[in-house]
Amino acid sequence: MPSDPDHNKLISRREAILRVSTMLGGVALVGQSAMLAGCTTEPTDDKLASAPNSLFTQGDITLLDEIAETILPETSTPGAKAAGVGPFIAIMVVDTYYEGDQQIVRDGLNSLQALCLSSYGTHFQIVTAVQRLALVEGLDAEQHHYMETREEGAPVHYFRMLKELTLLGYFTSEIGYTQAMRYTETPGRFDPCAPYSPGDKSWADHS
Amino acid sequence: MAEEEFDAIVVGSGISGGWAAKELTEKGLRVLLLERGKNVEHIKDYVNARKGPWEYAHRGGRTTAMQDAYPVLKRDYPLNETNLDWWASDKDSPYTEIKRFDWYRGYQVGGRSLLWGRHSYRWSDFDFEANARDGIAVDWPIRYADLAPWYDYVERHAGISGSHENMQQLPDGQFQPAMPLNCGEELVAERLKGAFNGRRRIIPGRVANLTQSLPGRSPCQYRNACWLGCPFGGYFSTQSSTLPAAMATNRLTLKPFAIVTHLTYDRDRKRATGVNVLDAVTEKTVEYKAPIIFLCASTLNSAWILMRSATDVWPGGLGSSSGELGHNLMDHHFRVGASGRLNESSLDLKYYAGAKPVGFYIPRYRNLFGDNREYLRGFGYQGSASRSGWQRAVSELGVGGAFKDEMAQPGGWKIGATAFGEMLPNHDNSIGIDETKTDKWGLPVLKIDCEIGENERLMRVDMMNDMAETLESSGVRDVETYDRDYTPGMGIHEMGTARMGRDPKTSVLNSWNQVWDAPNVFVTDGSSMTSAACQNPSLTYMAMTARAADHAVKELKRRNL
Repeated sequence: MPSDPDHNKLISRREAILRVSTMLGGVALVGQSAMLAGCTTEPTDDKLASAPNSLFTQGDITLLDEIAETILPETSTPGAKAAGVGPFIAIMVVDTYYEGDQQIVRDGLNSLQALCLSSYGTHFQIVTAVQRLALVEGLDAEQHHYMETREEGAPVHYFRMLKELTLLGYFTSEIGYTQAMRYTETPGRFDPCAPYSPGDKSWADHS
Repeated sequence: MAEEEFDAIVVGSGISGGWAAKELTEKGLRVLLLERGKNVEHIKDYVNARKGPWEYAHRGGRTTAMQDAYPVLKRDYPLNETNLDWWASDKDSPYTEIKRFDWYRGYQVGGRSLLWGRHSYRWSDFDFEANARDGIAVDWPIRYADLAPWYDYVERHAGISGSHENMQQLPDGQFQPAMPLNCGEELVAERLKGAFNGRRRIIPGRVANLTQSLPGRSPCQYRNACWLGCPFGGYFSTQSSTLPAAMATNRLTLKPFAIVTHLTYDRDRKRATGVNVLDAVTEKTVEYKAPIIFLCASTLNSAWILMRSATDVWPGGLGSSSGELGHNLMDHHFRVGASGRLNESSLDLKYYAGAKPVGFYIPRYRNLFGDNREYLRGFGYQGSASRSGWQRAVSELGVGGAFKDEMAQPGGWKIGATAFGEMLPNHDNSIGIDETKTDKWGLPVLKIDCEIGENERLMRVDMMNDMAETLESSGVRDVETYDRDYTPGMGIHEMGTARMGRDPKTSVLNSWNQVWDAPNVFVTDGSSMTSAACQNPSLTYMAMTARAADHAVKELKRRNL
């Protein structure tokens, strides 16, 4: 039940659940006000997982995929695009964000494209991987500085939202669990003090 | 409507009701077990138990539609996608908050035994003597010695893993081997032995998770996915433990979708005669009769049933002649503590494998053994140490391949703990029937008026600062304290509202959990608690229920009921 987002697994389930919801919660907290204003969002049908939805066109989803892949690219393990992170972000923004936050993401994507246009003269989906990384690194620095210094209650930076959803989408995907990290659905045993070698991957938690 | 007769009726199928059904059937009685919600069959209905997070549309999180549909549940961690079916609907079953009260309910066979945190600690005479010593509320009518053999009894069947620590304030029990501390927890536990005169001790949490098999149940498989239902029966629930035992007698009738609206009462004999049941699906009513009734409907709901029973004799309901029915509502207050970094080179090359479903426990040390604080009673801590996971990436600066690969590896060690404090019984913390509001079935709902007081506020200062001091004395770095605010109910340890006592003028139940005004009605869930202690209460409900069932059958044979 307790609730410290900063330390993992403090009180098993109660803690773990809150940790995940807190992840989304930077956003969910902002969403409360939208809820009070009475706006509601219908849940998205599962089957529409990779299809355009009420907020995002297929082109948007391709863009989200490319942004996510730039944040978490293929290395020795598959990247965000292979893990379906673009469509995942589209679902999450529609189903779990209230209207105000949805607008921040929409406006953010436009501003990212505008920045890309002014920097490189063309769309994010078309520029080189090196240019994409440079742009995304700049946005990451910008959001990080903003989030560290923002006043309490100020809106979340759109790129923090995208980064958070990218991390969540990737590290809770099957690829994230079984390839980026290590996952045993039923460990069957507990070793309280196992040797760790630098580079060993994390054990992923059961859902 | 035709009546059906049984030897005993048990209302509610959670931790207490499951035990009542097991004990009464095993003693030869034909028992009707009533549950207001749906059935949940062991293993078969644990539909999400094997799923990975990617098998949920929102990875187990919460949608805005869910938040809108669950205005209470969303206030804390319970609202989630993985086991939503096991939390009661706020819309179907509303209640009135005179002051904010977070009520998280499990309306299905097994109740919250499917969802509970499983920490299982005995209470001690420091707890049972507390009210008498402090001159607060009323004295418990029992002492530790009355419950000790029943703790032994329920621990063996439920399966509690834990370590023997020989601590007067946290008596040892019939334990299976403990789930060991991990190396981060162990390091801090060792260091702590040299501080605070050894009064603050980190011990493995005692939990209702098996480390050895029991009939029909496997040991814990270290999945830490208990609240999805365990396909191995690795933790205690009604389904894994008490219901199979009751079923095996062939004397149990289980009826889901059966909402008890009130007890029927014979004013001449001063006995309840049965229960009136509303079918949650057909909305038809039916009456069942039995010479023994166990109310185990969960703290607030057992009191609700009493308040609606025998109102022709007492307008406030059965048990209200004391003036205490519905009063003295308690919970454990928490969400306060500290955490920090375990920056030790000896731990860099250490990790753990398997997911332990429990961390450590620090038993109460305040206001014991000569310690005197400006508040009464005390608190314990639940905590754990772990290496951080990918979640740390959200607030860290970084993108790209090297960042991704680094975040797929464990980060540094952290340790922290949250305090659980005793809440004093207070007559003003009460519930009543709100006649102006009804639930989905047209039944009037509860109104709840409860808040913490000055004693709890003073205690919270220690609950926070003590943990910082404890961690810092053990070499933990960058210690940060927190108090995330607490609202009664959030502990999901509701207690009181039909307290036990020594005098019918000031208590609802006697020393055997019998309603003074109807001795064939036994209330053995959290409602019966006279004070709250600071230890998790469920194990005490189990022991109390088994003890009361034993007494009930003896009294039945003596023709006293």
